[in-house]
Amino acid sequence: MSSAGDDHGVLMDLGKERPQVPARARNMSPIVPRASIAGRALVAVVAIMTFLASVTTGVVLLVNASATEWQSEVASEITIQVRPVAGRDIERDVTAVANAMREQPGILDVRPYTREESGKLLEPWLGSGLSLDDLPVPRMIVARAAPGTRLDVEGLRSHVTQLVPSASVDDHRAWIDRMRSMTGATVFAGIGILALVIIATIISVSFATRGAMAANRPIVEVLHFVGAGDRYIANRFLRHFLRLGLEGGVIGCVAAMLMFGFSESIANWFSGTPVGDQFAALLGTFSLRPSGYLVLAAQTILIAAITGWASRRTLFATLDDID
Amino acid sequence: MVRFENVGLRYGLGPEILRDLSFHIPAHSFQFLTGPSGAGKTSLLRLLFLSLRPTRGLVNLFGHDVSLLGKDAIADLRTRIGIVLQDFRLLDHMTTYENVALPFRVMGRDESTYRREVIDLLKWVGLGERMDALPPILSGGEKQRAAIARAVIARPHLLLADEPTGNVDPTLGRRLLRLFIELNKSGTAVIIATHDITLMDQYDARRLVLHQGRLHIYE
Repeated sequence: MSSAGDDHGVLMDLGKERPQVPARARNMSPIVPRASIAGRALVAVVAIMTFLASVTTGVVLLVNASATEWQSEVASEITIQVRPVAGRDIERDVTAVANAMREQPGILDVRPYTREESGKLLEPWLGSGLSLDDLPVPRMIVARAAPGTRLDVEGLRSHVTQLVPSASVDDHRAWIDRMRSMTGATVFAGIGILALVIIATIISVSFATRGAMAANRPIVEVLHFVGAGDRYIANRFLRHFLRLGLEGGVIGCVAAMLMFGFSESIANWFSGTPVGDQFAALLGTFSLRPSGYLVLAAQTILIAAITGWASRRTLFATLDDID
Repeated sequence: MVRFENVGLRYGLGPEILRDLSFHIPAHSFQFLTGPSGAGKTSLLRLLFLSLRPTRGLVNLFGHDVSLLGKDAIADLRTRIGIVLQDFRLLDHMTTYENVALPFRVMGRDESTYRREVIDLLKWVGLGERMDALPPILSGGEKQRAAIARAVIARPHLLLADEPTGNVDPTLGRRLLRLFIELNKSGTAVIIATHDITLMDQYDARRLVLHQGRLHIYE
């Protein structure tokens, strides 16, 4: 258009009639008024979606952290069971195995359970006050390895069984594998829920964008009249949707962070009580690490970006229809 | 500048509204487009503004075959065309000043470069005291003048006006016609669609008469 201005002279010369420029006449109004977009509903939807996404991610992070902690604790333990066999002295067998374990490199501590302690382990099933003298109660030996030590479990197993044929070595591999698959399933479910939340967000934003475009169709047409391209028009709307997405995202994320902080406080209040201890044993201290909070913040930015992207996509599709 | 060759237009499967239109609008020219109601004046203006595509024939605008143009190119061409529609199409949430300044704003120009020009034009069309008013409180005539000011502010190469004096008194009508003539003298080709014989009699210009979908030209 500037070329038009170059070809032509001044449109008119008012001479002495030239007015004083009034102070108020300025471009103050946004081209697309914010009030014309159903903002509150969209902010609420994005806030709820972000909250759900943040809670899902937080719980997945908690479960993952607790499972890793369990695994490392369990993986550093080896349990040897010595079964009583006719013709062998079980006390001597236990001592021999315990001594052999102590000689293994990387073993920090070996604790053989006494006959009484082994009996107590059976109390939940057999009840108290029962004489175990006549029962072939196996004896347990728990060895704790230094963290990060890679033990040669097969070599250890053959060494122990050579010493005491009735002994068996358990490195809890089956248990750890089961833990791994449970954690994997939790993470997988979390990703599934996140995907659903993101899809629902995209659909909600697309509907809101279409509604806003329909409500502002006269503005779009006038902008076309004055030579605005689709990109220019889309950007006028996009600013609003990005801001709405960020507003909703921040509200949802802060609510989720407060929830995690509050849950941590509750877990601390209940620590020492049977319920609190059970809960802590299962899910740890229910506290997100600082990196967890960072993940939630990054996720909020991602949801705001998705809001912007979904809005932009719908804007261009709708502009195609209007034109 | 504008060339139509055997252009036809129909809406959907209906009859042809415009038939075999062939004409040329030279640069710096001035013409009235007239004809009875329903003759297709507004449709022809919409074809010229590229908001409709012809059903058949060739439309060449500023040296471009419009059937080959993409959306961005059409938007670019529209910046060289000013249009005044019967229903004004002012944005109700913007002041008169902001409505008139809109083409400059869309071009991305800094407000300080065009502020005085917008205010001068508003004063000239008699809206100097209504710059901060919103369209809903403007009278029909004021809206029309604001719409005209918006169409001419960027000094387009081609100005299309659909019944631009329909809502104003004869005095203001003459004033607006003077504005169009001034604009034409400064290099803009002008096409005014009107029923107003008095208006057409005030200025000796080429007349394009639409009748039953066909165009008759009186030089």
